[in-house]
Amino acid sequence: MEKQVLRFKVNGDEYEVFIHPKTLLAEVIRDHLGFTGTKRGCETVSCGACTVNINGFSVKSCSVLAIQCQDMEVTTVEGLEKNGKLSPIQRAFLDNGSYQCGFCTPGMLMSATAFISEAKNPTKEQMKESIEGNVCRCTGYNSIVRAIEAVTQGKYKEE
Amino acid sequence: MINDFHYLKPASLKEALAMYAQYDDCKVICGGQSLLIVMRQGMVAPEYLLDIKHVKELSYIKFDDKDGLRIGATTTHREIEKSDVIAKKYPVLVAMEEKLASIQTRNWGTIGGNLAHADPAGDPGPVLIALNAEIKFGSSSGEKTVPLDEFFVDYFETKMEHGDLVLEVHVPAPEPKFGCAYQKFNLLDSDMGIVAAAASVTLNADGTCKDARVVLGNAGPVPLRVTKAEDLLKGKKLDDALFAEAGQIASEEAQPVADIHASEEHRRHVLGVLTKRMLKKAFEQAQKA
Repeated sequence: MEKQVLRFKVNGDEYEVFIHPKTLLAEVIRDHLGFTGTKRGCETVSCGACTVNINGFSVKSCSVLAIQCQDMEVTTVEGLEKNGKLSPIQRAFLDNGSYQCGFCTPGMLMSATAFISEAKNPTKEQMKESIEGNVCRCTGYNSIVRAIEAVTQGKYKEE
Repeated sequence: MINDFHYLKPASLKEALAMYAQYDDCKVICGGQSLLIVMRQGMVAPEYLLDIKHVKELSYIKFDDKDGLRIGATTTHREIEKSDVIAKKYPVLVAMEEKLASIQTRNWGTIGGNLAHADPAGDPGPVLIALNAEIKFGSSSGEKTVPLDEFFVDYFETKMEHGDLVLEVHVPAPEPKFGCAYQKFNLLDSDMGIVAAAASVTLNADGTCKDARVVLGNAGPVPLRVTKAEDLLKGKKLDDALFAEAGQIASEEAQPVADIHASEEHRRHVLGVLTKRMLKKAFEQAQKA
């Protein structure tokens, strides 16, 4: 029950936080560090709104103990923007209307980012599967898949 | 609300086993994709939590033509899904992993954790039993290897005693004419199966059935082997009528429980259909192999 020191990188910056080991990654990101882009939805590994990337892999931060991220690199939706410029998938979301209420968007962007970084000539089916762990109640998913397709086809470049 | 616990982070497997033996009220966490859910619900509230996520000695995938496949307990689902050698030698494992929960869960959750959690609706259990896998677990006082179908005892209970960690899953090398198939029935791919069936078929040189396995998922307290259906097939020249009969037996032998997702009757029906289809699929693979 002793508090422990967690040292890790979030969006490229080093952080040191003093936390109870039971603290979830989503809590540290939102409550300790103030990156409230990451959303807490179902809290049962179902909805994907809390998705962040750890060392490039997408995970659901509501179900990861923060202390397990010792020395790791976490990226949240705030980390996608570089030098004030939105990332390719963020711009594709804007152009394709890939969000309505916006609650799922940070998680969708993180899943899509992880997918785009490793996908080689993906099929439409693989694009759909890449967001299987993220629930959206507004869009019907098609506009999100269109955005992912546009980026994988090279229509958006890193600015 | 997750209870307060002391956090133990061993640097090696040896240290992990020593720590686990030392503390009575201690649970093991690896990916925690199952454990944290039940901890949040207050169903599990250990005084100590032993974190083996970073025990690298247990994270490996090894294949040898004679020995078969060995997967370390802390190997993630995603590593199994993306493994070239598994895709080549045991495609059914990759197909199973692709439908197991979501990408995020597979990125963090591990095979050892899944099996130790012993949820009868889990996907790896039935498939690995159909592949004739065995599991190695051990404590500071020794190791033990048992066939996976003897490992599960009851809902969320295994043969492991306090102090035991899952160490390795071993799948024998595939026989020459072997096929294995798995399918779960659910509404969303990333959900657990409402019911599931795995089947494997090994053929003799003359085309008759040398060995067959039928294992049902979420159809009882453990992944359920239907030996009656297996015995029906052994030694025979397989055809659709036999697969249908085996499906009928599986449907009768299953012990499904009704819940919000489906009635008992519906589950029995689907189990029969899935068994029939998976046997046929495994048989066709074995013929081509």
